[in-house]
Amino acid sequence: MSIAIRADARSIRRIAFSHTLSRWDVRFSPYLYISPFFIVFALVGLFPLAYTAWVSLHDWNLIGGQGDFVGLENYGTVLSQPYFWTSLRNTFSIFLLSSIPQMVLALAIAAFLDSNLRAKTFWRMGVLLPYVVAPVAVALIFSDLFGDRYGLINDVIIALGGEPVRWHVDVIPSHIAIATMVNFRWTGYTALIFLAAMQAVPRDYYEAATLDGAGRLRTFWSITVPLLRPVIIFVVITSTIGGLQIFDEPRMFDQAGQGGANRQWQTLTLYIYELGWGQRDFGRASAVAWLLFLIIVLIALVNFLVSRRIAATTERIAKIVPVIPTKGTR
Amino acid sequence: MKSFPRTIFTAVAGAASIALLATGCSATTGSTDSADGKVELTVATFNEFGYEDLFGAYEAANPNVTIVHKKAATTNEARDNLTTRLAAGSGLSDIEAIEVDWLPELLQYPDQFVDLAAADVDDRWLSWKTDAATTADGQLIGYGTDIGPEGVCYRSDLFAAAGLPTDRAAVSDLLGDSWDSYYAAGAQFDAAGTNVPWFDSAGATWQGVVNQIEFPYEESDGTVIATENPEIKAAYASVLGASADLSAHLPQWSSDWTASFQDNGFATMLCPGWMLGVIEGNADGVTGWDIADTFPGGGGNWGGSYLTVPTQSAHPEEAQKLAAWLTAPEQQLSAFASKGTFPSQVDALDSPDLLESADAFFNNAPTGQILANRAAAVEVTPFKGEKYFAINDAMQQALTRVEDGLMTPDESWDKWVSDVNALG
Repeated sequence: MSIAIRADARSIRRIAFSHTLSRWDVRFSPYLYISPFFIVFALVGLFPLAYTAWVSLHDWNLIGGQGDFVGLENYGTVLSQPYFWTSLRNTFSIFLLSSIPQMVLALAIAAFLDSNLRAKTFWRMGVLLPYVVAPVAVALIFSDLFGDRYGLINDVIIALGGEPVRWHVDVIPSHIAIATMVNFRWTGYTALIFLAAMQAVPRDYYEAATLDGAGRLRTFWSITVPLLRPVIIFVVITSTIGGLQIFDEPRMFDQAGQGGANRQWQTLTLYIYELGWGQRDFGRASAVAWLLFLIIVLIALVNFLVSRRIAATTERIAKIVPVIPTKGTR
Repeated sequence: MKSFPRTIFTAVAGAASIALLATGCSATTGSTDSADGKVELTVATFNEFGYEDLFGAYEAANPNVTIVHKKAATTNEARDNLTTRLAAGSGLSDIEAIEVDWLPELLQYPDQFVDLAAADVDDRWLSWKTDAATTADGQLIGYGTDIGPEGVCYRSDLFAAAGLPTDRAAVSDLLGDSWDSYYAAGAQFDAAGTNVPWFDSAGATWQGVVNQIEFPYEESDGTVIATENPEIKAAYASVLGASADLSAHLPQWSSDWTASFQDNGFATMLCPGWMLGVIEGNADGVTGWDIADTFPGGGGNWGGSYLTVPTQSAHPEEAQKLAAWLTAPEQQLSAFASKGTFPSQVDALDSPDLLESADAFFNNAPTGQILANRAAAVEVTPFKGEKYFAINDAMQQALTRVEDGLMTPDESWDKWVSDVNALG
């Protein structure tokens, strides 16, 4: 009797232990599974961020290394440099010149790709081709096209009777030239994201709209675009982050890579590069890097607030759009 | 029961993936020793040093040495690689080639380089070449490889069209040996109405002028005098004065500059030895290029390199031996024959191989003899302190701003002054 009880107690304990293990498994394993991402992020994301902040508070030479602690002096110096403000202006100008036309073009391309085409996959893959080309190669080819004196584009402008544009001298033309390279690379990519979202739009909406007598443009503006809003917001946010960090294209736009003799097209990342690798002043370069980080956080916050309002509007629209009874699978 | 092994599996799998990530980047070092006393030396160069055949010859003569060559495509790539690995404290090659322009910033860290001064290589190089790589305490951080003595390259066909002499000696007389006579010849060329600019850019001409000022931007103790230096102010005014009528306003290395070689972009340019190959490449198919044995304002040197041995090297003595061998006159002449790098070694400059060499593209000009004359004419080598590179870079931009019509010379000068002050 007593033996049986002992055996029972052992088996209960064993069940209890394996039960605990299985509970641990359920509770902790998921964290273990996702931990590599966070460990890698902490190593190559969080740590450099914090270390950059530390560097920005010191005199710091690339070769000589850490110098005296100077507090916020680097930030003050950088903010009082005219080139900081010029590069801030250029960054936003190039960002706007590339993002806005890109969104519009990508929406249009996606709409065409969404319609009835022969060899759909061919066209869809085709718009992604520019994205495959290395940015440096794009920049090399385009800076030849945009040559001030011997460039193809100016040749065409002169042939058409115009004045040659000074792409490497004047501010706005240089921004347009750089934005063109960005758009060349990214428009197809953005279009494919829009296309994916468009294909999720229930076809019944279009059928209903067609029955009501709406044309293609009308259905595009009244059905496609409103339902695409969440995706548009996503693309705006990611392209803002990417756009504010633009480096390759302006760096490769001329042979010196500093953004022009008068910093006509120097962006913030180019400025960081100039301070860090040109002047070897890591303290100031880190200060600018942190200022850029703060600017991006600020813009992301604004984006978030705006997109929350837009999302709220989208919900209202979703309520307005009549719920069409569906039969079977779409 | 079933959950037991699975939990262990989970834990092991998780730990293994983390361990894999952690060991993903294991360290490797530049040079290694094997048991039989063999030494492996890595040599980092850039562009073309012409050492490919020499390495084989050295290995044949020294069976215990194997050489690994690391060649960077551009000097910027080599400079970034060198400075980041200096900062990191590891990863440098046993011999690192450096260019004269980034020599000053490395001279600040002499303890990172092996002192290469040795009795058997004393007086091997032109004295100004060695002086530039010597610290105030007398430490020699690099052995000189090539130099860039400057002559004037010109288009004899355009000279003929403007009614000017085309013969090499007559052109030398016409250009004279001062900046004034060079600009005066330009004015004469301009007056002929060929509508071709005289030189490529103010920035390129500046390079020639500033390389003749002994203390352009800094005193020998590092004090920045750039913005108060009357010589700089006068040079600035004179170069920009000439550029107004005579310059093609094409910044060197820009794509427009490269393209202009196919389109009568300009009639003359200052050309260091290594520029001959650049002209030949860009002006492929264009006839008429020639080189005059003169240089405005006396001689001038533009560019050149050194071989250094970082203290990071595991075999500093073997590396120094190899560097000394590579920069000996015989080997430098072989590099000149192979890639045209003009020697900085005194003995090499008298060598018949060098003096008898001619360049078919430049109308069979005796380029070896001309450049040797040009090297002998170099009297002044400017002092370059740690801020030289940044200040001169800002000056190039100041000149470009005026050439582009963005600013008046005075406005651009003021902006340059504030740029220099901002270097802090």
